[in-house]
Amino acid sequence: MTESANPGAAGLNVDATTLLGGGSLGRQAIVTGIAIVLGLLIGAVLIVLSGVIGPAQSFDPTLPIAGYAALLEGALGGPKAIANTLNSATPLIFTGLSVAFGFRAGLFNIGANGQLLVGGFCAAIVGTSVALPFPLAAIVAILAGGLGGALWGFIPGALKAWRGAHEVVTTIMLNSIAFLLLNLLASSIFKDQGATFPRTPDVLPGSVLPIILVNTRLHAGILIALATTFVVWFLLFKTTLGFEIRTVGANASAARYAGMRPAFITILTMSLAGALAGLGGTVEILGITKNYPAEYIVNFGFDGIAVALLGRAHPFGVVGAALLFGVMRAGAGAMQRATDIPVDIISIVQAVILLFVAAQIIIQQLLPAARPKGPVEPSAAAA
Amino acid sequence: MAEVPPNLPHPNQPGEPAPGPISAAAGNPETAAADQAAGGTTVDPAIAARATAPALEMRAISKRFPGVVANDHIDLSIRPGEIHALLGENGAGKSTLMNILYGLLSPDEGEILLDGAVVEISSPSDAIARGIGMVHQHFKLVPVFSVAENIVLGNETMANAVFLDVRRSEGRIRALSQQLGFEIDPEAMVGDLSVGIQQRIEILKALYRGAKVLILDEPTAVLTPQETSEIFLVLRRLAGEGTSIVFISHKLNEVLEIADRITVIRRGRVVGQADPKTATEESLAEMMVGREVSLVVDKGPASPGEAVLTVEDLTVADDRGSIVVAGASFGVRAGEIFGLAGVAGNGQEELVEAINGLRKVTSGRVVLGGHDVTNDSSRSLSERGVAYIPGDRQRFGLVLPYPIEDNLVLTEYYHAPFSRFGVINERAISKRASELISQYDIRTPSGGLPASTLSGGNQQKVIVAREFSRDLVLLVADQPTRGIDVGSIEFIHRQIVAKRDAGIAVLLVSAELDEVLELSDRIGIMYRGQLVAILDASTAEKETIGLIMATGRAEVPA
Amino acid sequence: MTAATSSVAVLRRDARLVWIGVAIGLIVLALAALLLDVPYLGSFVDWLINRVPPLSYLIVQYAVPIAFGALCGVMCERSGVTNIGIEGMILTSAFVAFLTGAYLHTVVGAPLAAIIGIGTAIVAAMLLSTLHAWLSITIKADQIISGTVINILALGGTAFFNQLLVSTTRLSGTNTLPRLDVPNELAAVPFIGPIIDALLNQGPIAMSLIVLVVFLQIMLFRSRWGLRTRAVGEHPKAADTVGIDVVRTRYRSVILGGVFAGLAGAYLTLEQFNSFQDNMTGGVGFIGLAAMIFGRWTPLGAYGAAILFGAVQSMQLAVRISPPEGDLGGIISAIPPQVFGMLPYVFTIIVLAGVVGRAVPPAADGIPYDKEARG
Repeated sequence: MTESANPGAAGLNVDATTLLGGGSLGRQAIVTGIAIVLGLLIGAVLIVLSGVIGPAQSFDPTLPIAGYAALLEGALGGPKAIANTLNSATPLIFTGLSVAFGFRAGLFNIGANGQLLVGGFCAAIVGTSVALPFPLAAIVAILAGGLGGALWGFIPGALKAWRGAHEVVTTIMLNSIAFLLLNLLASSIFKDQGATFPRTPDVLPGSVLPIILVNTRLHAGILIALATTFVVWFLLFKTTLGFEIRTVGANASAARYAGMRPAFITILTMSLAGALAGLGGTVEILGITKNYPAEYIVNFGFDGIAVALLGRAHPFGVVGAALLFGVMRAGAGAMQRATDIPVDIISIVQAVILLFVAAQIIIQQLLPAARPKGPVEPSAAAA
Repeated sequence: MAEVPPNLPHPNQPGEPAPGPISAAAGNPETAAADQAAGGTTVDPAIAARATAPALEMRAISKRFPGVVANDHIDLSIRPGEIHALLGENGAGKSTLMNILYGLLSPDEGEILLDGAVVEISSPSDAIARGIGMVHQHFKLVPVFSVAENIVLGNETMANAVFLDVRRSEGRIRALSQQLGFEIDPEAMVGDLSVGIQQRIEILKALYRGAKVLILDEPTAVLTPQETSEIFLVLRRLAGEGTSIVFISHKLNEVLEIADRITVIRRGRVVGQADPKTATEESLAEMMVGREVSLVVDKGPASPGEAVLTVEDLTVADDRGSIVVAGASFGVRAGEIFGLAGVAGNGQEELVEAINGLRKVTSGRVVLGGHDVTNDSSRSLSERGVAYIPGDRQRFGLVLPYPIEDNLVLTEYYHAPFSRFGVINERAISKRASELISQYDIRTPSGGLPASTLSGGNQQKVIVAREFSRDLVLLVADQPTRGIDVGSIEFIHRQIVAKRDAGIAVLLVSAELDEVLELSDRIGIMYRGQLVAILDASTAEKETIGLIMATGRAEVPA
Repeated sequence: MTAATSSVAVLRRDARLVWIGVAIGLIVLALAALLLDVPYLGSFVDWLINRVPPLSYLIVQYAVPIAFGALCGVMCERSGVTNIGIEGMILTSAFVAFLTGAYLHTVVGAPLAAIIGIGTAIVAAMLLSTLHAWLSITIKADQIISGTVINILALGGTAFFNQLLVSTTRLSGTNTLPRLDVPNELAAVPFIGPIIDALLNQGPIAMSLIVLVVFLQIMLFRSRWGLRTRAVGEHPKAADTVGIDVVRTRYRSVILGGVFAGLAGAYLTLEQFNSFQDNMTGGVGFIGLAAMIFGRWTPLGAYGAAILFGAVQSMQLAVRISPPEGDLGGIISAIPPQVFGMLPYVFTIIVLAGVVGRAVPPAADGIPYDKEARG
């Protein structure tokens, strides 16, 4: 095996340090900022293109301005728009935290989507059956959602710790298994007989997340998300458990030497990550859909990967990135209505931003200020 | 640093013989004939010089990296059929020089001559094409490929433009290996074979491509004594057939045994040449290090107390499941240094890991101060006052991306004052860090920088600072000075002796026999997973120890 | 000095014999169950022999894109590059193939438009795999992220252009590629006939699959190119020191892998169907990855796994169209289709958990090659 600057990290294990790039927080912010700008620029090019080849058949270089303006209007212009934005960002905060938490322990949690589904389903079922007043019922349902997601994170964690099965592939498999399994359950045993499409029954009123801004649809999920962010931050950076998680992610061999138990940490981290994603599904179910549809197709899990990376796997960064994505999602519909630009453009923009973040070397070549510092003393380059 | 003493021989210049008696290169027919023609072993220097024209010459080779001069006007000259040893400490510049020769690096200055003609070697393929072969310290073999596939890779025997001719390759390999005096199964999977055999495959790889100059980088580092003797036989046979061999090493005794000539490098410069017939380990060490090396540390007699660590009939398996510690028994008393000697690979690593709770004990007992601690976790041992300095410090002892401060509390973060109720107290950590940094003279501008910014010696000091600053009853030091500059070595040695004098039991494991001899009060020798002998260091003889290390018994059977 | 024989190699040869023995045993058991009319088992075997072969075209249809996706994965990972962006590559090339066929349909006529469509699909997939190669090998970005980027880009990009160019204009695709006609006499042969019919009564892309599988298998394990590619994936430093260009080998393998992804996409919109829907791949790229792992990173193994997964997935339709006799039919029909859908994923997890032997990828898979690193 080749030696690297960090001998404890190897193989497909995520080495959080090299993955997220070196350098101080300021440097990271510059890189991220430039990536966002570049993404928006390419989006602008595509917007002009859409004008040319779309139904309008016109070359309008000012279209991006109109488009982005409509996007911002749709996302931030007024309380209803802001509610929309925050609602869109909420599940992304949870899945972003989920993926970021995994990164810190050297794990690649691609299974946030499946964990989210399982969490949402459990919340839906419990929400239907627990006839307690609010907030007790909601709390119980939220706990159920967290536990459900934790279970779906425990499985790949255990497989990794006990059998060495790589979590990237197992979580991808579990995503599909979750969707199909829950599809089956929601269409059969747990099906709401009176519904027009296959879904679970509506949750009881005691479990529904209340609206926190009058005359909008903004539900309490955002508050839960922000509270969870703070808890995760504290856990990761201020507790001994967080220290152990980060150590296992940085150098599992040294962690063992120091008396930590990497296997236990792996399982615990994946379970917690699953719980976080499960909470994301929970707030979606309890706040928006009020039931679990059998054909519940969402992309929050994959967007969570982008959010985690953009946010440098730091809880506060995750919130920022989730808000950015929330703005784009919420505004895209308005943009399409106003300018006929297809909503999918924001997926392209997000992918491009992610690309530049992942390939930050490109940005670092352009901007020396963005480069990380090397070792203070030259290490022995020659033996 | 000391200057090169003026009375040592200068590096060879073409046509200028070294002073002293001229010895014929072992097995070289040309010089032997010249010797006999001249009527004895004293030869006219001019005739000898012509007959032994260098097969390979490196002239004034220089190579710089940012912040360090790896090679500084190095001259090297190798005769055909000669085994030439390149001797130097870690970091002296040997590997850089050989990487230049092998085309992996290009020199900033200087030139390379093969058989008298200047050549430029641009890549490993170029080097191979010119007949230079290299056997690296870390083998470059694909474990899931067969022996044949590994040997022909890059130089495949083809049945046609597309497909490999497996049978012909295997036939050639069998013939080649028999020529060298051993048998090999070309279909065997390399991952299943022992390290000694893998090394022979590496040699075959080079010879398969027609190497006339063979470079071996620390070849015996991973071999058992038996395998070392076997490879030396192979090398002599090769040299006898005219292949020139460059033998890179820092092992003084082996170099004296196998080489025909020795070139010593220190800090990127050639310090001088030595003749194995007249040199001693002390003289070589002096050349390597540059001043008189006292191979004896200033230490008073030990006054050992009670037994602190007792290992009873310990059996431990390695990662593959084979038993590598087969019933080891010994004890370490308070106030003494017990040195564990033995060739690497006889079970020392696994024994030390088992004692420290990092590897499962199959059977037997580990007793610490009267308590049975067999298979206890490393943390509970640590809390009982056991400190462990690991052999691979970057992999096990430090988290390089972490700040130095965090590394300094890596084994203690979980209890007061560094954390309480699971919450970390950052101020306490910083305070302790600055204390330790000044106390142990760790050279760094700030404790908040990542540990990766430290030099090797300072990284080891972090580990030492962390472990020594606790209340200890037992210190286990595994290869404590590997790859460290000489100044830091003395510092660490003094620290270890100080701990002994403070009444702590010290278990020292080192592959450097001299370090073991220098520091230990008692020496235990591991052979094939057992403690086959325990000797008193003050009366033990180095030859006896070497013999036991190599064979497992003190006397060669008649 | 003793000869270095490998006991493990001998064991490995024996293992192959064991597998052959097991297969023969199963066949004997099945025949016995049929002839002796063993309840459940007998009707299952009867169903397998009589009812399933005419439906084997279903299996082939499912298996083709999975197999191509798996081959793409094999090419990439054998040289040491992880590629989870196969899903996105297939989706993109499917869209490009559809567009090409739709636009050229009126210009050059049906079969030619489709054939050119195959070409553009392959080019599109190769462009994406070049991007992945560049990000993974030169930029040394994390390969999982690079693959994820490609997936997100493909999903958004195809939906974006689909809306602009197809939905609003109601663009219709070209005719699907013609299939080879198998003579009726051959198709009438019991048991084998329908299978041959299924295998050969296909369009050109599906038929090329078998050829490519065999070709890749032979090349990977018997040619010089294959040896060097595998060396780069197992121990790139070893390959480098014998003069093999690791970077170029990896680039080549990843870009060539794009060819297979392109063929999968072209199959979807030019051969199996002639329309494009957003996200029509529905995870087939990931099942392809699963097939690659299940097939132990060999082309033949991946193909076999793809057939197995295709068979399992097609069972949900097969039992509806032509259920087994008697009680067994009732039982199997009662199994919900989602269960069949889940089976490939569950199988893969079982394989990964090491229950059925260890699934060992190429040793350097996913690790960027650093020339300067010591080791």
